[in-house]
Amino acid sequence: MNELLAQFREWRGALQRTLPSWSGRAAAVALLIGGAALPFFFSDASNFVNKEVVVLAYVVFALGLNIVVGFAGLLDLGYVAFFALGAYTLGWFGSDFFFKAHLHVLVSSYAGSVPGIHLNFLLILVCAALITASAGALIGLPTLRLRGDYIAIVTLAFGEIIRVFAINGSSIKVAGMPVTAGVLGISGIDAPYEPGIGTFNELNVKPWYWTIYALVLLTLFVNVRVRDSRLGRAWIALREDEVAAVSMGIPLVRTKLYAYSLGAAFGGISGAFLGAYSTLVSPDQFQFGFSIFVLAMVIVGGLGSIWGVVLGALLLANINYYLIPDVLNSLPGDFGLNFSLTDLNVAIFGFLLVLVMVLRPQGLIPERRRKLELTGGIGETELEEPGTGWTGVEPGETSR
Amino acid sequence: MEAASTLARRTRSYAGRNALLAALRRAGPWLLIAALAALPIIYAVHDLTSGYQTGFAHGHAQSTHDLTYFATNVVNGISNGTIWALVAIGYTLVYGIIELINFAHGDVFMIGSLSAAGFWASIGLGLATGPLGLVLGLLLTLIVSMLTCGSLNVLIERVGYRPLRSAPKLAPLITAVGFSFILQNVGLVWAGGSPQGVSDLIHQNETVVQISGVVIRRADVLAIGVTVPLVFLLTWFVGRTRPGRAMRATAQDPEAARLMGINVDTTISLTFLIGGMLAGAAGLVYALYETTIWYFQGFEAGLIAFTAAVMGGIGNIRGAVLGGLIIGVIQQISDARIGPQWTPAIVFGFLILILVLRPRGLLGEETREAG
Repeated sequence: MNELLAQFREWRGALQRTLPSWSGRAAAVALLIGGAALPFFFSDASNFVNKEVVVLAYVVFALGLNIVVGFAGLLDLGYVAFFALGAYTLGWFGSDFFFKAHLHVLVSSYAGSVPGIHLNFLLILVCAALITASAGALIGLPTLRLRGDYIAIVTLAFGEIIRVFAINGSSIKVAGMPVTAGVLGISGIDAPYEPGIGTFNELNVKPWYWTIYALVLLTLFVNVRVRDSRLGRAWIALREDEVAAVSMGIPLVRTKLYAYSLGAAFGGISGAFLGAYSTLVSPDQFQFGFSIFVLAMVIVGGLGSIWGVVLGALLLANINYYLIPDVLNSLPGDFGLNFSLTDLNVAIFGFLLVLVMVLRPQGLIPERRRKLELTGGIGETELEEPGTGWTGVEPGETSR
Repeated sequence: MEAASTLARRTRSYAGRNALLAALRRAGPWLLIAALAALPIIYAVHDLTSGYQTGFAHGHAQSTHDLTYFATNVVNGISNGTIWALVAIGYTLVYGIIELINFAHGDVFMIGSLSAAGFWASIGLGLATGPLGLVLGLLLTLIVSMLTCGSLNVLIERVGYRPLRSAPKLAPLITAVGFSFILQNVGLVWAGGSPQGVSDLIHQNETVVQISGVVIRRADVLAIGVTVPLVFLLTWFVGRTRPGRAMRATAQDPEAARLMGINVDTTISLTFLIGGMLAGAAGLVYALYETTIWYFQGFEAGLIAFTAAVMGGIGNIRGAVLGGLIIGVIQQISDARIGPQWTPAIVFGFLILILVLRPRGLLGEETREAG
């Protein structure tokens, strides 16, 4: 196994030497354009693009969670809370839910004629990010004195509490209006109105795709820049050794709360987007299993590694939403077997999780720093691979 | 000059924060007691002063002013809590020894319920079975479901966790989630997607004794009668026997334990066996107690039991039992008084409160990582 890996590394080195130095950048640009051009190869209402929109929303979501769990090392099992808050922000500010209010900002003429609060979709995304960021800091506060897995259970508790409030919110009245629509969920969500990229509806998934694609790029940009910033280094220092980091002058409270807030903001954006895309905000979507699903993306991809998390999210979300239900479902029938794969998709997913973790416990693309730790002496590895020192910027990562 | 004043300001603000923290630490135990006693005291006082409705007579609601209703809540809560305690011990044992939140544990408990119900049906236990046959049959079922769950748990550890002993800490967490999904799917295929009634073998709702108006049901006797001996047996085993000492040593320091000649892998397998067996016992009790079983029960019970384990201080057996009982009582009081739809929020609210006031849980010690 190790010999194989060594052989592989040798080949990769040889390949890097033969290709011109700009090849990495060229590949990155090609990938970027290819991603943006993807919908052109499919019809307007293509099921594949439809599923990819959801998958990309999960990429944003997983990248957000990666900030909390991967960078700052705070195990968060209640991340679904921010998804819920983002979705409800959309429900509050982008539908006829508060029918007593009349507020319309830059919306389509149809939404402008309906009572309720109707903000432009981009404004809603900003609101969702702000609201969830403050909620993230708030939820982070009680965990500051806790360590390790106690943080996990407190965040889990918050996730469940928010779900209970979402279900029972119809009996809580603020200014004579219920806060949520209970188990039925808030329906009648406005379609986003952004002139220039097309009409958003279920028969035309392209504008949805481009919107979420842009959001993924934004998230990636923020992630890379923050990771390489002073704040990102502070997170990693806290993750590795809290006592040492604090004695070096890293403000513990502020640094941790920033991680919660920033991670939560991406969760909120993703939640608002998925709420708009499914035109329904209901508490069913906010199960604990959802937090676990996204955590699995982060860990399978490689904790703390941005490109690993992207890969993990693309892989797991595609398996769960596209591959198992749409592609593999007819497989047993094709072989003449009399059962439906949908009965087993939870088990298949579980089996894949076990398999990937047992075969590759460090994740698909491990963070370089962690990889060095795992493969023993940090100094030795650095000597073996000259030029890949502690710059904080992974050469392989930035060039892609 | 400016730097000096900034420094002074900072020092002052730190001093303020430290004073606040110190005050919180000093008041901590009292606040903790106040928080835990709040619900019982409020409703006991409410029952005594305002009374509670006991029925209708002559078109008027009748109310009574005593503690019977309250005591019934507490008794039901304790008996329900013993089931959570049994499951919580499994979480706490595993966490204590390999620092893993074993997400599959709740689903092992669910498999325990399903296998118990399946087994007693297949050996022909039914509502018509006589008392002697019933007791013997249920004892046999108990042994079978305990062995099933114990070996299942050992198998999961062998396949999913042992290869990851030296892996990053969160890797086994994800295999645990994977096994949880697999077991849930097994339960789904086995017992269908909706709660299923099982035959009420012990007539769980029948009164055994009535102590000044407080009804003790057969279900309460069963739950407490199974749990208490098992917990005593476990404390004896962990505290007094050689394998138990090996478990404690491994929990404290696996490396040192290995150097002292303890077979760490066997000890960890033993821990999983014991945890699984307790979950199997809890599964049988749950099936008889609730008389419904379904594939999702393990998930809910797992969440509650894990909360109980953390509340009591994870890694501590007595803490897990205490946490289970407290959560059982909170659940019953909240179900009866506030409304079952709010119960999860109240339980988790209490958990957060307790952890804020006492970050290690009620009876918790410093864990290896935190120490």
